[in-house]
Amino acid sequence: MDGGMVAAAPLLEVEDLSVQFVTREATVNAVSGATFNLKAGEVLCLLGESGSGKSVTLRALMRLLPGRARVKGRVNVAGQDALALKGRALQSFRGGTVAMVFQEPMTALDPVYTIGQHLTEMIRRHKGVGRAEARAQAIELLNLVKIPSAERRIDAYPHELSGGLRQRAMIAIALSCGPKLLLADEPTTALDATVQIQVLILLRRLQQELGMGTIFVTHDLGVAAEIADRVAVMYAGRVIEEGPVADVLRRPAHPYTAGLMASTVHDQAPDQDIAAIPGSPPDLRRLPPGCSFAPRCSLAMPACRQGFPEPVFPAPGRMARCLRVADVLQQPVGVHA
Amino acid sequence: MNKPVALAVAEIPADSDFDGAPATKVRGYWQSVGYRLRHDWVTLGFGVIVLLIVLAAVFAPLIAPFSPYAQSIIGRLKPFGWRGHPWGTDELGRDMMSRLIYGGRISLMMGLVPVVIATMIGGTLGVIGGFAGKVANTAIMRTMDVFYAFPSILLAVAISGAMGGGIVNGIISLSLVFTPAMCRVAETATAQVKNLDYIEAARASGAGTLTIIRHHVLGNVLGPVFIYASSLVSVSILLASGLSFLGLGVQPPEPDWGLMLSTLRQSLYVDPLGCALPGIAIFITSICFNLVSDGIRAAMDVRI
Amino acid sequence: MSATVQAKPYVDGRDRGGAAQPMLIAKELQRHFKVKGAGKGAVVRAVDGVSFTLFKGETLGVVGESGCGKSTLARVLLHLVLPDSGDLVFDGDTVGETRGISVADLRRQVQMVFQDSYSSLNPRMPVQDSVAFGPMVNGKSKAESRRIAQDILVKVGLRPDLFGPRYPHELSGGQKQRVNIARALAVGPRMVILDEAVSALDKSVEAQVLNLLRELKRTLNLTYLFISHDLNVVRYISDRVLVMYLGQVVELGPAADVFAKARHPYTQALLGSRLSMDSSKRIESPPIVGDPPSPINPPSGCRFRTRCPHAEAVCEAEMPTLGQWEDRSSHVAACHMTNAQSGHSLAGTA
Repeated sequence: MDGGMVAAAPLLEVEDLSVQFVTREATVNAVSGATFNLKAGEVLCLLGESGSGKSVTLRALMRLLPGRARVKGRVNVAGQDALALKGRALQSFRGGTVAMVFQEPMTALDPVYTIGQHLTEMIRRHKGVGRAEARAQAIELLNLVKIPSAERRIDAYPHELSGGLRQRAMIAIALSCGPKLLLADEPTTALDATVQIQVLILLRRLQQELGMGTIFVTHDLGVAAEIADRVAVMYAGRVIEEGPVADVLRRPAHPYTAGLMASTVHDQAPDQDIAAIPGSPPDLRRLPPGCSFAPRCSLAMPACRQGFPEPVFPAPGRMARCLRVADVLQQPVGVHA
Repeated sequence: MNKPVALAVAEIPADSDFDGAPATKVRGYWQSVGYRLRHDWVTLGFGVIVLLIVLAAVFAPLIAPFSPYAQSIIGRLKPFGWRGHPWGTDELGRDMMSRLIYGGRISLMMGLVPVVIATMIGGTLGVIGGFAGKVANTAIMRTMDVFYAFPSILLAVAISGAMGGGIVNGIISLSLVFTPAMCRVAETATAQVKNLDYIEAARASGAGTLTIIRHHVLGNVLGPVFIYASSLVSVSILLASGLSFLGLGVQPPEPDWGLMLSTLRQSLYVDPLGCALPGIAIFITSICFNLVSDGIRAAMDVRI
Repeated sequence: MSATVQAKPYVDGRDRGGAAQPMLIAKELQRHFKVKGAGKGAVVRAVDGVSFTLFKGETLGVVGESGCGKSTLARVLLHLVLPDSGDLVFDGDTVGETRGISVADLRRQVQMVFQDSYSSLNPRMPVQDSVAFGPMVNGKSKAESRRIAQDILVKVGLRPDLFGPRYPHELSGGQKQRVNIARALAVGPRMVILDEAVSALDKSVEAQVLNLLRELKRTLNLTYLFISHDLNVVRYISDRVLVMYLGQVVELGPAADVFAKARHPYTQALLGSRLSMDSSKRIESPPIVGDPPSPINPPSGCRFRTRCPHAEAVCEAEMPTLGQWEDRSSHVAACHMTNAQSGHSLAGTA
């Protein structure tokens, strides 16, 4: 996929991942054939709007989907076939190899346990160390995520911490067993602006220091620009564009990415309408034939409705699934050139 | 430069239906509940049994082979299939089948009427308690809590005992037993709905409390209340049978399943199967009502 | 019938004070909430002495982080939550006074659009009935209300025949928010409070709704109070901006001024936390550290001093005041640094 890259085995390979939720009334195609990979120490942003399948993809990687979800495809994490893991192996895979930071720490943390109990439980389960040693490591972790006066806060319950500190604690728990792959599901969306930037900067620094591969799910182009090395843009369950963050956000190759950038409010002149993408995303129970963005796309041609476009590679390391990539790339740049 | 990619304001209108949102079938809540129920074979199956029991009770005079009161000293405690009595006779020689069919009338009435009364009284009080201010809420709910504190069977026995036996008193006592629970369910549902944005929006558009309750609260409270009420029917049948069994409900010679169970119990060693018949009837009816109620609950539990 | 783009003179049959009379004046509004289980006498100072003026025909953006009281303020303005103290003057009439305007009349002229969520529309009601509800309770006949609802649905870009009979769960987020807007407009308000009205929407849909709001304001002569935590959106849609922090107004001024040269350190920090869509312009260090403190027992003096890089003794001792504003172009901030006599070492520099 990555034309010009050195052929080191990637940390994560996802090939043709599909997730369906089947109920009595309908089948929801949450993810349809997502393919991407991630090198160690790299940050990939899965960018997409609600219903694009980004969070479902993330949960599929960590095997967190409920039993009724039908998962197909291949997910390889650090040489392990993640979809085949069972029992003990799956337990040490979750938390040990892969860890996750959730959007809402208030619901992701158990309210009856202190931050310290959450942390020491994880550490003792995965590392098999004693109580005192686990507590010392826990304090170290809280210092690592820059929680002030960690010795005192370690005995705090989740509700006693502010939103920003809770999310930091959540990150500390995720990091406690030294995961190779960190999955973050909109970890800063619920935070206030002044807190969000602090957590983003912290995550970026930790990721660089610890060399973790990170997948960061977000709907916010600004967050992607702030933290990502590469972005994969998802729409209606498919990765429709992928590439280095600077290239994609400077010169999008897919009309959806371009439209998303143009419609994001960002220094537009107050007396002009915003170039909104018309319509709304497709119903995942009834995906349109062909390209799922075609009904909203002003560049759509009859051929777009025939079949989903195969990937094209307009530049080294870049991929887009659109028949009119060349036309999109020639358009004037979307946002403040 | 803010010139966006040529996507801009295309001819596609914002509301167009190309996104695949269902334009053709617009299904209301109750329609979608109906759809789910029609596809739930278990509930449908047990629903048919409930229907048969109800029909048998309603058309008892047409179906029953004998009068439920006709006694026969010689033909007492006869087994199955004895001389035109397919299910035998009871301790006074009355036809079991006829008595069971007629007994369904009283049992079903005792199952349904108290629940309906409790739903109306408790539901109204609950909605008022949920929507009104703190004082009214406290007054209503604490009163209900007093009743709630007793085990239901004990309360029913106590009230019936104080008022004396009979069908009407039985219905009154059972209604009193179910009212606090109904009230609590309605109050909880109302309090949940009360804090939602659309209630606030309705207030902001100038609607009074009664209008809001009528348009926005009742419809949303009805669901949980109905589900709970349907699950109470089987409890009510059982409690009524219990009261009759203790001699506090229906009085002889009325045919009632609970009462039959009580009087036939002395013949347990002579005709064990006959003794069990009223119990089996109670069991089947209440379990069918329960399963149907469960099915309705599942069908109504649509997140919309 | 000329819905021209040019700003036309403000005309409305219900207008009393004329164009110069502000649509809404809030004077020292205060609303505290008791909190259980947080110590004796603990109160959340949700709205704590908020004063501002909303002029006719403008859009006033209200920004602030969670817990700053902006949503409570919106509800106080509609008297959905009663203020503990303070006055509200609508078009020259004091709300709730005998010679002023009644709350019922206020609600006919001021409406609110809520954040799109599962609870913003009655799930058991077709959307046309939800929209017609407002006119109906205000004395219109059923047929008349339905006709109004159909008109408004057209105005918000939804075909009444296609969308009117639908239930909320059959609509997408953007469509639901259009219905919410329609419901507010059906009563025929002069002023609309938009409480995080686009915050839950996807970006591509948010742009559609923002365009719609601008168009409606133009064609229906509306005045907006636009509450949001998204600074980019507020900058785009607002004429003036009000910044709140822990229940108080810390800065108020024309949007262009506030965004170009914010005077309050908190506003500066908020602006400095905005993310760029250009990956070469990453923020390397956060403008301020720490979380907003709890609105229960806020810090003494200036409430921002615990996070402010310029905090001094005077900030702890005295609460800075917002100062006076005369007209739409006034730009004021509640910071000792803006007041030359405050005794702050940087006084007069901001």
